Amino acid sequence: MSATAEMTPAQAPRSATQNACKLCAPLGASMVFKGVQGCLPFLHGSQGCATYIRRYMISHFREPVDIASSSFSEDDAIFGGARNFATGVENVINQYQPEIIGVATTCLSETIGENMIGMIREYQERYAGQGAPLVHVSTPSYSGTHSEGFHAAVKALVEQLVPPESVTHRDTTRLNILPGMVSCADLRHLRELVGLYGLSATLLPDYNQTLEGESWDQYHRISPGGTTLEEIREMGANAATLELGHTLALQKESAGAWLENHTGVHCHHAGLPIGIRLSDAFFTALSQATGRTMPDSLRAERGRLVDAYVDAHKYIAGRRVAIVGEPDLVTSLAAFVSEIGLQPVLCATGSKLKGWAEQVAAEIEPGIEKPEIVKGADHAQFSARCRALQPDMLIGSSKVYPLARELDVPLVRVGFPLHDRFGAQRLLTLGYRGTQNLFDLIVNAVLARRQDDSVTGYSYL
Amino acid sequence: MTANIHILPGREDQVWQKGSGGNLACDRRSLAGSVTQRACAFCGSRVVLYPIADALHIVHGPIGCAVYNWDIRGSLSSGPQLHRNSFSTDLQEKEVIFGGEKKLHASLVELIQYYQPKAAFVYSTCIVGLIGDDVQAVCKAVSRETGIDVIPVESPGFKGTKKTGYQAACEAAFKLVGTGDTSQIGPYSINLLGEFNIAGEAWMIKRYFERMGIEVVATITGDGRVDDLRRCHGAKLNLVQCSGSMTHLAKRLDEDYGVPFQRVSFFGLEDTARALYAAAEFFGDPALMERAQEIVYEEIAKITPRLKEYRKRLKGKKAALYVGGAFKAFSLVLALRALGMKTVLAGTQTGSAEDYEQLKEICDPGTVIVDDSNPLELAKFVLEKDVDLFIGGVKERPIAFKLGVAFCDHNHERKIPLAGFEGMLNFAEEVANSVLSPIWRFAPRRMAQALNPKEDSHHECNC
Repeated sequence: MSATAEMTPAQAPRSATQNACKLCAPLGASMVFKGVQGCLPFLHGSQGCATYIRRYMISHFREPVDIASSSFSEDDAIFGGARNFATGVENVINQYQPEIIGVATTCLSETIGENMIGMIREYQERYAGQGAPLVHVSTPSYSGTHSEGFHAAVKALVEQLVPPESVTHRDTTRLNILPGMVSCADLRHLRELVGLYGLSATLLPDYNQTLEGESWDQYHRISPGGTTLEEIREMGANAATLELGHTLALQKESAGAWLENHTGVHCHHAGLPIGIRLSDAFFTALSQATGRTMPDSLRAERGRLVDAYVDAHKYIAGRRVAIVGEPDLVTSLAAFVSEIGLQPVLCATGSKLKGWAEQVAAEIEPGIEKPEIVKGADHAQFSARCRALQPDMLIGSSKVYPLARELDVPLVRVGFPLHDRFGAQRLLTLGYRGTQNLFDLIVNAVLARRQDDSVTGYSYL
Repeated sequence: MTANIHILPGREDQVWQKGSGGNLACDRRSLAGSVTQRACAFCGSRVVLYPIADALHIVHGPIGCAVYNWDIRGSLSSGPQLHRNSFSTDLQEKEVIFGGEKKLHASLVELIQYYQPKAAFVYSTCIVGLIGDDVQAVCKAVSRETGIDVIPVESPGFKGTKKTGYQAACEAAFKLVGTGDTSQIGPYSINLLGEFNIAGEAWMIKRYFERMGIEVVATITGDGRVDDLRRCHGAKLNLVQCSGSMTHLAKRLDEDYGVPFQRVSFFGLEDTARALYAAAEFFGDPALMERAQEIVYEEIAKITPRLKEYRKRLKGKKAALYVGGAFKAFSLVLALRALGMKTVLAGTQTGSAEDYEQLKEICDPGTVIVDDSNPLELAKFVLEKDVDLFIGGVKERPIAFKLGVAFCDHNHERKIPLAGFEGMLNFAEEVANSVLSPIWRFAPRRMAQALNPKEDSHHECNC
């Protein structure tokens, strides 16, 4: 019996969220802080928030994820958590010797209106300005999702660490990449791509090592890797910024825009480069930012991808697909599936961002019917619409599995969390190479289904 | 190499080594910034009531609390699966300012009409009290409207640790107790408290008792049903397995209904046998004891040959364990001993002074015992004690794996039954599959040890 099987014909509940398509904002912030070298994430609130997020991230990445908490008690909830904050930070310094502490608020500390700036000032005074820097981001889980928390933390790091002064002498060999919430393999690939254009990259965040590290010969208090403080501070002096993710264009001032406005480093926006069209746009931006043309090896990679599209297009033509996940991911996936001849029938996200639905609609290939686009969705809603729309395939996180089982259709797993398969950290989705990987997954999911469903059981398709 | 990790000031007395004398402090709030492995009061309540499969569980608060425990536990239900959903009022900024009672009311009424649960539990999270919501009043009103019990669970995270949440959950469950018909319950009848039916363990255990001729009225809360809770006061004895979570409910049942309780464990052969004998002894019927002995002999005989094989291969290996409650820790020490292994580090999130006295007693000299530990501390002792195996949950797994140490998941997310006699064999297999794997020789720390065998082992615990 499926987890959602016991239903009665009464009208579907609307007020409650049933099986959310989102996680809370502090999770996104913690993920970003894990991508800064020597950084320990610190949640100002009850200790359960930290524990829950740790467990969720460990299950996805299979790496140590230490997140500190100010461990609010009832008294702190009433009288304020300043004392616990100070003790907590002190204990973190004592145990972890961090280079930086990334403080994210929670619903609790936001609701009681904690004065974070004041507490951080007090800390700086106590350490006479010599303590590890504290960066803080406001992430109440009652506004925004883990995706918004992620972007907010990137912005906070830039805003609070990069000197807001116009830079005249730029380091033309270095490019800022604000990659958004992508896999460890994607982060490594982005760095490699910038290298192919002859530049070095400052990726913010860069959790490729901290959340997919090597086996250790000794215990590390904080996992090695991540963007260094120095690198972040110098972001204003780099050649240009490439900021990924459609939704950043919807923000009043994204991290990339802030850098441009305050230091003059030009920001190129692009969607997550999934699919040929969005990858082309990304590489064009990369060319503009670096002043170089596309290297031959990438041209060849693109060529092979086009060839693969041709080889497989008939297998997947017209298959109906429903997509759910983080807003930036869904937008790029919608662009990708519609350019390969799949028919997206439903695109959903848990986020309520204004303007997101329009962005998705604009990315659907001309000539392909526009899908239903639902923001602020939960999985109950997504499932109900899928039961009606009857897609042939689902794309989303592990949380879509019960529905895939119920509808008996394949699930291509992308997004967060991936708790029921191995290798989430290594799931490459970006650029021509990542697209090739996703494309193979999709085509093979269709082929496997066809094979399984056939009476004959051909081994030659 | 321990990278010179020291015990955090303020925690020194929560670390103890057998043979060192002194006391072990416990039952304290976690230090801020200590990166405790404990969760919060909400988590405690949620995990205890989670397996009640025909109830609606709704989390009143912003989305985080509800979503992190959506269908991640291994508690199985033989019927309804409603508990595997995650329902939340998903409070937004607007409700934080103007209050969330209306949304809670509407959410409850709609969900109850739609899913037709037998009862509903409403979990309060951190901000609910702060924004002035009267959850009790909403529950009462919805109960009147829908005709089912709508029970508030007082579980704001900041109220304390999981233990605080356990108590709130017991209080909530207790509200149902005593409202059902007990006339059909026989004289040899028990409840299993603190048995959450991970991977079907409650079913295995239930079968032992049924074979003995003892009726299991309710497993609380594994494969739980609202109606079982209503009539569980009719049982003659409560066997309490996860003592940390359920002793409070057992005490309430004792006080109000005169049902006595005994602490038992179903992990390991010795403890499983002891639990069956305890029940037989309680009822004082020699026939029960005879059947219990038959079951024990029969079951142990079935698995002994294979256990012996494992024992041969695992003998002398050193284990660390860090678990939620202390009773599981006792059993694990014994179960490991049965496999020829030695426990060199044992710790719990929520053990009591009484628990730790018992743990100290059964541990070997030199064993380190930790209360409310954290990743750095655990890593320190894993290195100092040079352990071969770590038993814990998802949060402990990377500590072990990163250091080239085998791991066995003994938490509630697991999907393999480790309780009872058959469970002991699974446990041995789980341990052996990791400890005896050929992969460890590639792990850098193991490679270094192989080249220089003494490098790691001469570190003493300096606690």
